[in-house]
Amino acid sequence: MLELLTDPTVITVSLGALMLGLTSGALGTFAVLRRQSLLGDAMSHAALPGVVIGYLVAGGRSLPFMLLGALTTGLAAALLSVALSRRRGVKSESALGVALGTGFALGVVLLSYVQRQPGAGSAGLEQFLFGQAAATLRSDLITIGVLGAAALLVVALLFRPLKLVIFDPHFARANGYRVQLYEAVSTGLLAIAIVVGLELVGVVLMSALVVAPAAAARQWTGSLTGMVWVAGGIGAGSALLGALLSAAVPGMATGPTVVLVASLVVAVSLLVAPRRGVPVDGA
Amino acid sequence: MVAAIQTVQALLDSPSFAILATGVLTGASAALLGTFLVVRGQAMLSDAISHGVVFGVAVTFLLTGNATGPLQLLGAAGAGLLTVALTEWLARSGKVKRDAATGLVFPALFAAGILLLGLFARDAHVDVHTVLLGEIGFVWLDRVQVFGLLVPRSLLVVFVAFVLNALYVALFYKELTAAAFDPVLAELQGLRPRMATGGLLALTSVTAVAALDAVGVVLFVAFAITPAVVGRLASQRLPVMLTVALIVAAAAALLGYPLAVVTDLSIGGCMALLTAAPLLVLMPLTGARRRRA
Repeated sequence: MLELLTDPTVITVSLGALMLGLTSGALGTFAVLRRQSLLGDAMSHAALPGVVIGYLVAGGRSLPFMLLGALTTGLAAALLSVALSRRRGVKSESALGVALGTGFALGVVLLSYVQRQPGAGSAGLEQFLFGQAAATLRSDLITIGVLGAAALLVVALLFRPLKLVIFDPHFARANGYRVQLYEAVSTGLLAIAIVVGLELVGVVLMSALVVAPAAAARQWTGSLTGMVWVAGGIGAGSALLGALLSAAVPGMATGPTVVLVASLVVAVSLLVAPRRGVPVDGA
Repeated sequence: MVAAIQTVQALLDSPSFAILATGVLTGASAALLGTFLVVRGQAMLSDAISHGVVFGVAVTFLLTGNATGPLQLLGAAGAGLLTVALTEWLARSGKVKRDAATGLVFPALFAAGILLLGLFARDAHVDVHTVLLGEIGFVWLDRVQVFGLLVPRSLLVVFVAFVLNALYVALFYKELTAAAFDPVLAELQGLRPRMATGGLLALTSVTAVAALDAVGVVLFVAFAITPAVVGRLASQRLPVMLTVALIVAAAAALLGYPLAVVTDLSIGGCMALLTAAPLLVLMPLTGARRRRA
């Protein structure tokens, strides 16, 4: 057991999982309160083509390039779904479904392109489907850490306007806040919450790690600040436990393991926690 | 008669025919049901259902030791309905909003299904990669004997699913339409919208399972939603929408296969991607509404 705790791979995986879980959990609070869970699902599937494009541009496995690509195509999918949902008769769920399906299909096509290349091929790309904790490199920690820290800093600096825009957009607008700008900021934060975990959790299930911690936290606290902290903690704990379990047991893919752990936390919270659908008071 | 059977068998022996026919029938089945889901504003139910059935696939495989068969298909489809029921129950509890309930339930069941398959079915016919992406390029390999013909199993399954879907839509067209556009009025007129909805969701589950081997969990969603949205952009009338959706799905499969062969890219990916091609023309033609303040 002690050996395990000093193993360099285990330390790298643990640090990566803790940082991404904290970031995704905390940022997920805003997405859940803004009812953007399904947008997160669409963005994370649509991140796949971006991951492959980043791989192609960098000429190999480079996490900063791949996550930048993921961020770009994930946000492009969000824009596509907004543009589609403004067409007459197209409801928001339909628009999100088109963005999800088309984005993922493009990713699958690009993935097959890289796989058909001679040489190293797609080494390290397949893991972005279901995630693979054990493949985390020490240099990846810097990418995950910088991305997460930047996003959490934005939350800290813009906490008040973000809160106002979530809970009372009319009041915010009347008081001169640029509501659309802050809505865009919070959608951007959702995109970061997703891409930060793609390497460990994968595109297929990453949105669940954004939604689950916030949904669990919501059962324990009614304040936005409390929710951000509790969700961050639950996210970090779930990611850590799931990543270590999957690294230790053959046949357990990291993404599904992490998401199942987080889902169990949600189930327990729903059954045990005292608060039931009390409106968040915004304290 | 013998000559006719030999001709059909020769067709079924052709890998290209098996791939094209499986693609067209998968796309058409998904588009048929997807149109009603899109009109109802519940398109993402197809996403939840197709992920949820993987849990059923895993559980029935572990219980019966077999991945294919009618019992397995029904068990997996049951898991699709379970996903919808659990989501509905969670949303109605008021503890989380509907979107979050959706985003919690199907990933949990899907994750559990993938883990069960990864842990206990590693050498079996069902592998995690196929469940996610499908293997339409290899559907002609696994064949079963039906009425003296050797038929690719996937093709047979999606054919049965398509016939069931077409029959259901034809027989309950009035009920389905009423339930989609105005469930309250439908209830008052005695059109039993809830039964129509239940059948729609059950068939979506069956179709998602049938499509699993060919296109996998996610590309099924592309086939269910995108052609229907193209239909919606093309027309506000349901018969036209259905026709457009069916044509788009079938054409995407028919053109996607040669495209994939020529470019040496993923067949399922090319088919699914082409369903979105009409949007490149239709989106500029249909202007955006102004955002309501």
